[in-house]
Amino acid sequence: MYAQMIKSEASQDDPEKLTAFQARIDAGDKIEPKDWMPSGYRKTLIRQIGQHAHSEIVGQLPEGNWITRAPTLERKAILLAKVQDEAGHGLYLYCAAETLGVSRDELTEMLLDGRMKYSSIFNYPTLTWADMGAVGWLVDGAAIMNQVPLQRTSYGPYARAMVRICKEESFHQRQGFDIMMKMADGTDAQKRMAQDALDRFWYPSLMMFGPSDAESVHSEQSMAWKIKMNSNDELRQKFVDQTVPQAEYLGLTVPDENLKWNEDKGGYDFSQPDWSEFFEVLKGNGPCSTERIEARQKAWDDGAWVREARMAHAAKKRSAKVAAE
Amino acid sequence: MSTEWPLYEVFIRGQHGLSHRHVGSLHATDAEHAIQNARDVYTRRKEGVSIWVVPAADITASSPDDKGPLYDPADDKVYRHPTFFDIPDDVGAM
Repeated sequence: MYAQMIKSEASQDDPEKLTAFQARIDAGDKIEPKDWMPSGYRKTLIRQIGQHAHSEIVGQLPEGNWITRAPTLERKAILLAKVQDEAGHGLYLYCAAETLGVSRDELTEMLLDGRMKYSSIFNYPTLTWADMGAVGWLVDGAAIMNQVPLQRTSYGPYARAMVRICKEESFHQRQGFDIMMKMADGTDAQKRMAQDALDRFWYPSLMMFGPSDAESVHSEQSMAWKIKMNSNDELRQKFVDQTVPQAEYLGLTVPDENLKWNEDKGGYDFSQPDWSEFFEVLKGNGPCSTERIEARQKAWDDGAWVREARMAHAAKKRSAKVAAE
Repeated sequence: MSTEWPLYEVFIRGQHGLSHRHVGSLHATDAEHAIQNARDVYTRRKEGVSIWVVPAADITASSPDDKGPLYDPADDKVYRHPTFFDIPDDVGAM
């Protein structure tokens, strides 16, 4: 998902406190920033929320790519609003991460030097306008699958950020589907573009949920802490079951020969994505990995004088005010 | 890099007649800048009619460890609630 392969940290804490903490989680209590929490819970959450925040921020790049080339002024205004929302989502999540004792600058530095990751999906290029449709429909659709249950996560600030995000995310998915409907209903060339976008984004979207975690120790710990609410396979299945009928409605073909409704399980059977590709992308060898980090590094470097000038201006205003008093 | 912009907590009045409510935080160089940023980050869809910003460093919060001394004394003072008193039906609404 936006947070993939999050390693959970073991806690070297007082067993009695750990038991009491787990009891609070089991009782459905929300953990707040000043409450006692196991060091592993804190570290794992910083990693997870940080990766989620970075994904929102880096996620602006593939879509920002099309703002100047949107086909109409209305589409341009909508895409601009969507990309602005992604910035907002990143900010809500950075705030939540900061309540755990990590600073904004530290988080940014960890993204830039590769210590922290962002979702694999944003390392794929957006080649045509139909990709704006596919990203909204599939990528935001997959994100919603994961984010809706996270509204009930045990860490208060994270859960509250998720509530705000989910309210806005539905607009994102619908605007994407709206683009797909228009394209699928358009000229032959537009329809081909829509199909091509689905072909390229289908498997990377399935990868967003991460590899099967049936035997992962980390998942087990994170689920006990209620910072992971569902298994990766469970969410992926739900996503496929929801999306296939939508593709049929569009008259597009999901690029999977093995896709078949399975009456017994009440869901679709489908092919797994190429997991070796996923691990390569996660390692930083995706088609756009270098470009994405370079863009973030450039924004950080080019913005340095603005950050400094604003601080200097505020200090000057303060001292002028003191002098006037 | 120079020092990080200070953290502000943001409170929004959702509608006329309601209290301001904490919605989150953001970084800004001064209060005025924090209001501008709060507008962009927290009210893109008319979520409010008024914004307060407060430097996070200026907020004093109670400690979770004080939960007992602060709130337990209310446990044995149930008479503070109107339902503690039985009023006969004959008296009518009260």
